[in-house]
Amino acid sequence: MSSPMTPGIAPARLPAEDIATNFADLHAPYTPHEAAVASDRCYFCHDAPCVTACPTAIDIPLFIRQISTGMPEAAAKTIFDQNILGGMCARVCPTEDLCEQACVREAAEGQPVEIGRLQRYATDTLMARQSHPYARAAATGKKVAVVGAGPAGLACAHRLAMLGHDVTLYDGAAKAGGLNEFGIAAYKATNDFAAREVDWLLGIGGIAVETGKRLGADLSLDALSEVFDAVFVGVGLGGVNALRAPGEDMDGVTDAVDFIADLRQTNDLASLAVGRDVVVIGGGMTAIDAAVQCKLLGAQNVTIAYRRSRDRMTASRYEQDLAASKGVRLMFNVLPVAIRGNGTVREIELEYTADTGAGLQGTGETICLPADQVFKAIGQTLDSDAGLALDGRKIAVTGPGRTGRAGVWAGGDCATGGNDLTVTAVAEGRDAAMDIHTFLMT
Amino acid sequence: MADLTTTFLGIKSPNPFWLASAPPTDKEYNVRRAFEAGWGGVVWKTLGSEGPPVVNVNGPRYGAIYGADRRLLGLNNIELITDRPLDVNLAEITRVKADYPDRAMIVSLMVPCEEQAWKDILPRVTATGADGIELNFGCPHGMSERGMGAAVGQVPEYIEMVTRWCKQYYDKPVIVKLTPNITDVRKPAAAAMRGGADAVSLINTINSITSVNLDTMSPEPSIDGKGSHGGYCGPAVKPIAMSMVSEIARHPETQGLPISGIGGITTWRDAAEFISLGCGNVQVCTAAMTYGFKIVQEMISGLSEWMDEKGYTSVEEVVGRAVPNVTDWQYLNLNYVAKAKISQDDCIKCGRCYAACEDTSHQAIAMSDDRTFTVIDAECVACNLCVDVCPVENCITMEPMEPGQVDPRTGKVVQKEYANWTTHPNNPGAVAAE
Repeated sequence: MSSPMTPGIAPARLPAEDIATNFADLHAPYTPHEAAVASDRCYFCHDAPCVTACPTAIDIPLFIRQISTGMPEAAAKTIFDQNILGGMCARVCPTEDLCEQACVREAAEGQPVEIGRLQRYATDTLMARQSHPYARAAATGKKVAVVGAGPAGLACAHRLAMLGHDVTLYDGAAKAGGLNEFGIAAYKATNDFAAREVDWLLGIGGIAVETGKRLGADLSLDALSEVFDAVFVGVGLGGVNALRAPGEDMDGVTDAVDFIADLRQTNDLASLAVGRDVVVIGGGMTAIDAAVQCKLLGAQNVTIAYRRSRDRMTASRYEQDLAASKGVRLMFNVLPVAIRGNGTVREIELEYTADTGAGLQGTGETICLPADQVFKAIGQTLDSDAGLALDGRKIAVTGPGRTGRAGVWAGGDCATGGNDLTVTAVAEGRDAAMDIHTFLMT
Repeated sequence: MADLTTTFLGIKSPNPFWLASAPPTDKEYNVRRAFEAGWGGVVWKTLGSEGPPVVNVNGPRYGAIYGADRRLLGLNNIELITDRPLDVNLAEITRVKADYPDRAMIVSLMVPCEEQAWKDILPRVTATGADGIELNFGCPHGMSERGMGAAVGQVPEYIEMVTRWCKQYYDKPVIVKLTPNITDVRKPAAAAMRGGADAVSLINTINSITSVNLDTMSPEPSIDGKGSHGGYCGPAVKPIAMSMVSEIARHPETQGLPISGIGGITTWRDAAEFISLGCGNVQVCTAAMTYGFKIVQEMISGLSEWMDEKGYTSVEEVVGRAVPNVTDWQYLNLNYVAKAKISQDDCIKCGRCYAACEDTSHQAIAMSDDRTFTVIDAECVACNLCVDVCPVENCITMEPMEPGQVDPRTGKVVQKEYANWTTHPNNPGAVAAE
């Protein structure tokens, strides 16, 4: 049995029971008493700032009031009407940057109504019923292909199916769910929640799922357009940015998204090998999720190295604090300049940076950290544009996800306009579905 | 989702939630917004006679009572009836009713107790196309000093007389709104019935002073250092209103008289409770004034969800369901024995139950050194005070004892048979069991 001190990359650094404890729910679900107390704090604000701050515009005061009047299932309906993935969003939304930041009680007391946890209470209650709360409209006879079964594709497919269209939902992976299934820290969606949510969502009927079909490889827009009346592309960002530092191809240097996906798919966390000294390069949620989970698996030293200053980090302050509380070291204004080792990484050299206003500049001063595992988490890229017009590095869309090609919509991380949040992808998928519906019915 | 369509006195509305006659229904702008928000009907703010309208004070009109976290529990007001010209109100009512034919539109009226005054205004109300009228015999402040409002509602003979005039000069339903500022609400209700009223609505507001400013020694709301009693409403008055509603619903003389329930209705549950006590629909004011018109959405979804859960398919099925269970104290089953039970899993060890029981009740809760609170069955009379003061819902419950068990407090075997005070040996007037 290995320990946190074991050199190199090793599995089972902690006893299995410690790992199980570490990966338990980040926030335990509310008990009814907690939900009653928390919901009581909502002021039922007019034109509420929390709703404005929610990308899916959930009627938050209404659902909280429904909880407080003893109707959590009515509350869940209010949530799902706007956001069919309200269960996952309750777990992964950076509420501290969205609804809870906007809460008037955050301004007044520094203590917002705990909207995310209340949302989970409501959605968990309804989903525990094991029945689907929506019925499909009369069949329209229209067929729509939804390519990508992540948050955007799932939201789009559900809305289309509900409106009476027949949907085929494709995904390149072996199972549906996208980043919910493969890309989010395990402690945010315990007990296989992502897969259970997909099953529950598909309960609407009218959605045929075909996995292992990748746009650009197995599917083309031309072929899809021949068979379907409309196509929605929500393929996410499958590629990973390179570090462009010497030594990047060494053993022990991998993509954080792959590590997280492996971690999410394994049924034995102790079997996952992790370094004693881990360095994660990046400043977003993926960096945080990878770093924290390395620590929870028993890595002795985990460092997040971010090239800019703290206030530029895309991971929220809450997530940064979470990482710090787990013992992750946060380094700012450091840029990897070299990765060294004898075929296998042993050390990483970082150069301090300064933002001079004329862009990020190296200061010339460097620091070396021991590293037997380096994760790259410096952003993902589109790996298949399927011939659609791009704007920058994403599929160009206007309005509710209209691409440059007639009959093709796009949304989620692969399209322009979003902010790479689950909840935003859901909103985009839903809104594209409504636009597709209008298009199909006129 | 259960259909909430309600027919009250033949007036159909998409749900049983009407806005009560009050500041929120004083003008077209508000009422249109209310209908857009989903309210099933409105009772337009009380109209007075033709002529110069009443005037209101130009200082605060409202006072409030708060619960924890500044939650508004009770509101009082010294606002009078509409202070806008009669013509303006009538024209607006006509327009709004024409644009919202599916919503209930009731016009509240308050004119002097003279036949001519009613004869004058009623045809003008008829011309608006409104669905009915409500006679404001309830407002306890201001207008009562001029012989109207509660001053009428406190004299059953006047109620009967005016109601009769209205039935004579108006063809559509007449609802009589009752004041709670009386000793026995059955008397004015019966008077309304004798006068031919189609329904009663209750309660109007209660005489009240919400607070006194201890620097100026003026009651609040204070107008230049003086205050006047106002009409009290909001969640705090709900128990008073429900009791009065139930008295009318079960009194032989007034039984079956349609009732529109009013008094602190804030949630779907409050509404369902009023309806179960015999109300054909409910009227709401303070909840809308506290939270805005949107609050009706919770009432609609909650009532509908609850009806689905219970298998009710119409509001009518719920009306009066609890009335047979409202009885006199003398008929309560004295053989029913319960004991408090504290769930140790849910207990947060605050000790409020202990303080309440030890200091003010029956010393029936034991407290250990490690703050474990347990009920002493031999002392517990099941008064429920511990349940009422416990901050955790359902942490303390009242568990009925099974017949055949021995009540450790009395040493007597719990009897299965129902027995009440009328036959109790301690009752000097007990009727011998046959």
